[in-house]
Amino acid sequence: MSAAATEIPYDMEPHPLTRMYNGKFGIWLFLASEIMLFGALFSSYVLLRVGAPEGTWPIIGAPTVLGHEILNVPLAALNTVILISSSVTMLMSWYYLKENKFSRGQFFLLMTVLLSCGFLVVKYFEYNSKLHHYLVEFDAPLVVDGEQVSYSRTYPTAEGERTVHYLHGHITETVKDEDGYVEYYKFAADARKPDHGHAHDDGADHGDSHAGAHPEIELRPSDYRRMSNWGPAGSTFTGIYFTLTGLHGLHIVGGVVVMVYFLLTGGSMWKKLPDKYANRIECTGLYWHFVDLVWIFLFPVLYLL
Amino acid sequence: MSDHSHDLPFWKKYIFSVDHKMIGIQYTVTALVFLAIGFGMMLVMRYQLAYPNQPIPVIGQFLGEPIVAAVENPDTGETGYVLTGDGYNSFGAMHGTIMVFLAIVPLAVGGFGNFVLPLQCGAPDMAFPRLNMASYWTYLPGGILMMFGFFVKGGAANSGWTSYPPLATIATTGQTIWLLGMVILITSSLLGSVNFIVTVVQLRAKGLSFFRLPFFAWAQLVTAFLLLLAFPPLEAAGVLQLMDRVAGTSFFDPGGLIVSGVEQNTAGGGSPLLWQHLFWFLAHPEVYVLILPGLGIISEVIANNTRKPLWGYKSLVYSAIFLGFMSFIVWAHHMFMTGMGTTLSTFFQATTMIISVPSVIILTCLIISLWGASIRFTVPMLFALAFLPMFGIGGLTGLPLGLTASDIHLHDTYYVIGHFHYVVAPGTIFAMFAGIYYWFPKATGRKMNEWLGRIHFAGSFVFINAVFMPFFFMGMASVLRRQFDQTETLHGAAVQGLSVMSTWGAFGLAAFQLPFVFNFFWSIFAGERVGANPWHATTLEWSAPSPPPHGNFLSEPVVACGPYEYSVPGEAEDYTMQSPPPATA
Repeated sequence: MSAAATEIPYDMEPHPLTRMYNGKFGIWLFLASEIMLFGALFSSYVLLRVGAPEGTWPIIGAPTVLGHEILNVPLAALNTVILISSSVTMLMSWYYLKENKFSRGQFFLLMTVLLSCGFLVVKYFEYNSKLHHYLVEFDAPLVVDGEQVSYSRTYPTAEGERTVHYLHGHITETVKDEDGYVEYYKFAADARKPDHGHAHDDGADHGDSHAGAHPEIELRPSDYRRMSNWGPAGSTFTGIYFTLTGLHGLHIVGGVVVMVYFLLTGGSMWKKLPDKYANRIECTGLYWHFVDLVWIFLFPVLYLL
Repeated sequence: MSDHSHDLPFWKKYIFSVDHKMIGIQYTVTALVFLAIGFGMMLVMRYQLAYPNQPIPVIGQFLGEPIVAAVENPDTGETGYVLTGDGYNSFGAMHGTIMVFLAIVPLAVGGFGNFVLPLQCGAPDMAFPRLNMASYWTYLPGGILMMFGFFVKGGAANSGWTSYPPLATIATTGQTIWLLGMVILITSSLLGSVNFIVTVVQLRAKGLSFFRLPFFAWAQLVTAFLLLLAFPPLEAAGVLQLMDRVAGTSFFDPGGLIVSGVEQNTAGGGSPLLWQHLFWFLAHPEVYVLILPGLGIISEVIANNTRKPLWGYKSLVYSAIFLGFMSFIVWAHHMFMTGMGTTLSTFFQATTMIISVPSVIILTCLIISLWGASIRFTVPMLFALAFLPMFGIGGLTGLPLGLTASDIHLHDTYYVIGHFHYVVAPGTIFAMFAGIYYWFPKATGRKMNEWLGRIHFAGSFVFINAVFMPFFFMGMASVLRRQFDQTETLHGAAVQGLSVMSTWGAFGLAAFQLPFVFNFFWSIFAGERVGANPWHATTLEWSAPSPPPHGNFLSEPVVACGPYEYSVPGEAEDYTMQSPPPATA
């Protein structure tokens, strides 16, 4: 064999045993590995949720108990539609390449890229609202102008009962002293949702009187025990939410990078090896459907259950 | 090296090579360097353990803060450099990490797997040559990043190679580097394992059915599946711990953690045990990643040097597959002492006893293969013969650890260290040496020097036992692992002599690696020239020229028989090659 002998068998044609060419078999193995990656994270979600002390899931002191009440279900539903559509356009791209219609194939590949960018834009708005929503925990009820503004919840822990006083809202302004340290935050507390009727909410909170109101409070760092947004550090729920959706988002970005590469360079490869190019789009598509599938699991697990 | 190359420029041939043989050699050399670094760290630690708080001779002054601290000798006024507790912890964590993830696995899988596997399959190269290059060029930066940890504030990772939270969560920046390095290394191993599986399944030569594959190829195939499926959970765990450290989450933190008197202001609600489950879900299959390629090499060497077929080839194959499967459901036997409950402990105790059965079958098959053979005592065979009892000791001492009752006493003692080092050091590393001596002629066209090899073997064999045998007795005397100075406890001080013995064993072992290092480099240029098949072996890699050209075989190999057709009655030679080379070769 000469130098040409380095041509790899079954690079293009299917192997009689697996009925797949090398790349397709490889991408399936890669997806098996990905299943283990996301599987481990989903398992972690289950373990964290089952192990969470009563009343702390999804977030301590949230006036809700279900994940979907702190996440935006309509936006996620929109994203589900976008992602499923992108899987369809991905498939169309491969279909037209197999039909030998290059420009149509590329058109649908471009559609897939645009849809995935749409997904990421929606995700940006979701993340942004979480990162601007703050939860403040106090050791004692917060009283402003003789009126208690914080809510409280009591839940059992290993050491006995623990009562958390908390407030949800947004920081409207951060006032710093001359040394650059935070002097106080202007904090717009959320209106209490009128009737969620949570059994764990004790009678001490008088949220109903605040319904619809947005009291602005000055919060000094010494006033509260902990302040955190609904970002990763907010609770284990928001943590695993950001980890899972963030990792999924990275997979979307990775897919987009590959597809943009094919959009830019596909023409020259198509001229030389049209079948090989179609195969590459097929492999990209398999990966893309997997990323889609992960979202199909993420959506109910995080937003609905 | 002979001039079989075509007109590739230097950097394409030796640096960014897509040839599986060059990548295999790159992996081997890099992994040997990391092996030496990990070994050097161990020597420093062993010196501290034998002579607590004494200045480290010679190299102490080069280690720097915070690994060593300068102390003045009140009698002589000389400045000495003593290993600090933090430095000891860093060295301990990095010794484990380097040996497992940067030395043994890259050597066994990246090195031998890459070089030998496509040849044994009769393939011109790996299924994805460029992915293969990417795998090496992900591994090397990952390794360098890991070592870079020593140059950040607080030194390298110092929470043990297992990185248990909450200790690892609050550790110095080195731990973040460790996690990033780990993610990169996992990516490298993923690229490699996909490549290996596709190569074995799709690129086998004509006539090379699965049950004509050499056992080494089977071992690599099972290993690749373990790497493919077991590493991602560690990647998930690494991501979660990275989030805990960088983004302030509390996945492994139940809350209320107080560090240096300050309460950590986290949300809480996490579980430290979650890390252990995710970590050991990787790290137990990892044990088989460490040993299976070694068993594969030993099988090749034993069949070749006993001049008869391996006894129970199919039993070996089925055992390796069963071992791979079972290794996914034994992980929590590392966690008997975490209080996870007797039901779980009983389950994992049972699976642990079950997984010892295929290991014993493999070892038994290899021992019976020696029966009635007229053994050629070549250097690779010497290492292979030493491997068998050493791996036996390592395996059998694992049984008391797998039983919950005896594990209560032995858990986290030196006994554990003795157990897994017997599997990995005189086990896997001896297998690696056997492999290097065995396939060196294939890679270079020259043989390594026989007598230097024998000196290397004899010294290593004696001293490696002097290093690790005392650990069992220290462990049974309840000396805890990861202890900086065992003489501070009464029971530790009582067996300090064993620790000194182990340290001197380690220095002896180091001395006897010098003939190997010399032999390795000297033989590349001046070793005895040999032909394509100096060992009169049967498997496909010996049908290619030595060293094989780009594309490997001079004519497409067609396989007519099984892998170990030695001493077939009626044949002119005592070996029948799977695919005899063309007469001109």
